Amino acid sequence: MADNAQLRLLAAKARLGAIIGTYHAKSGHPGGSLSAADVFTYLYFNEMNVNPENPDDENRDRFVLSKGHCCPSLYAVLALKGFFDWDELKVLRHVGAMLQGHPDMKNTPGIDMSTGSLGQGVSAACGMALAGKLDQKDYRVYTVLGDGECEEGEVWEAAMFAAHHNLDNIVFIVDQNGLQIDGTVEEVAGLEPLDKKFEAFGFEVAKIDGHNFDEIAEAFNKARETKGVPFAILMQTTKGKGVSFMEDQVGWHGKACNDDEYKVAVKELEDEIARLEAEL
Amino acid sequence: MAEVVCKPTRESFGIALCEMAKTNKDIVVLDADLAAATKTSIFQKEFPERFFDCGIAEANMVGTAAGLAAAGKIPVAASFAMFSAGRAYEQIRNSVAYPELNVKIAGSHAGISTGEDGATHQCLEDIALMRTLPGMVVLNPADHFEMMEATKAAINHVGPVYIRLGRLAIDSFNDPDTYKFELGKGITLHEGNDIAVIASGLVVNEARKAVNALESEGINARLINIHTIKPIDREIVIKAAKECGQIITVEEHNIIGGLADAVCEVTSSECPVKVTRVGVQDRFGYSGPAWELLEKFGLTENNIGKVIREVVNNK
Repeated sequence: MADNAQLRLLAAKARLGAIIGTYHAKSGHPGGSLSAADVFTYLYFNEMNVNPENPDDENRDRFVLSKGHCCPSLYAVLALKGFFDWDELKVLRHVGAMLQGHPDMKNTPGIDMSTGSLGQGVSAACGMALAGKLDQKDYRVYTVLGDGECEEGEVWEAAMFAAHHNLDNIVFIVDQNGLQIDGTVEEVAGLEPLDKKFEAFGFEVAKIDGHNFDEIAEAFNKARETKGVPFAILMQTTKGKGVSFMEDQVGWHGKACNDDEYKVAVKELEDEIARLEAEL
Repeated sequence: MAEVVCKPTRESFGIALCEMAKTNKDIVVLDADLAAATKTSIFQKEFPERFFDCGIAEANMVGTAAGLAAAGKIPVAASFAMFSAGRAYEQIRNSVAYPELNVKIAGSHAGISTGEDGATHQCLEDIALMRTLPGMVVLNPADHFEMMEATKAAINHVGPVYIRLGRLAIDSFNDPDTYKFELGKGITLHEGNDIAVIASGLVVNEARKAVNALESEGINARLINIHTIKPIDREIVIKAAKECGQIITVEEHNIIGGLADAVCEVTSSECPVKVTRVGVQDRFGYSGPAWELLEKFGLTENNIGKVIREVVNNK
């Protein structure tokens, strides 16, 4: 188990990895990668039973990144965990690269489901959770989705399914960074009250600060203890978290840093990493 | 000649699934509130613990099937072809075909023979949609015995499969004692070199009757049953083109994107010959009793025979 200081350091490295990856790709989605970096870090270092030496272990916990475009920081976390080499990030999205623009389960160790088309990952996660119940295995399934993604009808089809089948081995984690491509989520197609929506669909719900590791830990512990119903963690986050000029900016959904921006972003994150290392 | 069994292929599919599930514990079946119609209800009755009604939510059904397959199950996701292959097309593309997951998609009530429900439910594009997906096997069995064997082959094949099921009860023509299903291999039902008739699905038996009747007129047509539209049996198509000189395709599907195109894709590069396409001529259907519609759309013995006669006489 990593303590909060270690988690903060790992998450800062994951953020740096997302910036490095998208910069070298000259494309990608840094904003949502940065907002979800803390929960990815927590999942892989404190919550999930996974082994980089045996990534296809049938008893492992599963993770489905339903908001597949935010894979750069997930890839960085997988690299930090030891699933593959960190330098793979430098050829993210390049021709012939292992790391695709959206997660590819066939070619990337640690990726449990190919995703990228919004709304679909949550359904696959439900299928994995159902298979676990059928096989009487005690693995758990985690899926991270975006708040904009909750506009997809399939999310709510999956939510109905999870509750109907009492899938208490699945956790929906909604990264509420509040922004989507065309503007704020509330401007484009308002979702609130999202907690009441999930509750009405039969979920137990926790609302947390998605950048606070104490609150993240508490929510996942509560999810483990919840029996008979699926669990949703609604995390308030900041899109672009950790890079000053990206924070809360719609424009950083789907573009990479130019050379000047890259220098600033890397400096900020490396300074943060140095500060956190000094604190250890 | 073996005894004729009159059954809709959806029922044969349900029976075959049940037979397979007795020994294969990994088979699970999902439906979207149409179990009684797709006949997955036969499986549901015998294996309720492995049957999941997903409600009227086909997108989630297909995605859930993908997740089940990723965890080692062999899921069969069934609905009307319009809603499995049609509505959930993108889920099939991105969550099943792209990751090459071992999911079987069943599309029932396919074609004009869906009948009275009319155009919204008569899927005439499913084969076109499924055929364009890399790695997808596309099956369109023609009678009870073929569907039984095709279902077993679909389950035993590792990877995504689309299987087309019909609503209408149809007579069998295959002999179960000698019938052999081989994935990707066409079956020559009648020898002849005057013309090659290549048919798939429900209309194979209509083409068979037409070809048999033309013998008395001195027309010797070769009849080939293509139960696997993808991967298509290239060898049998090329041989037919070379030896017969012309081809007539017959299908209960839009003439765009289905069997006709699959055949033309082979002939155009290997042995260009004239191909006459019998099928639904790029239009929607309408309500009516199945056999009346099949007649109207030129998919029964009479019209198929007429087309063969015209093509052979104008050769």
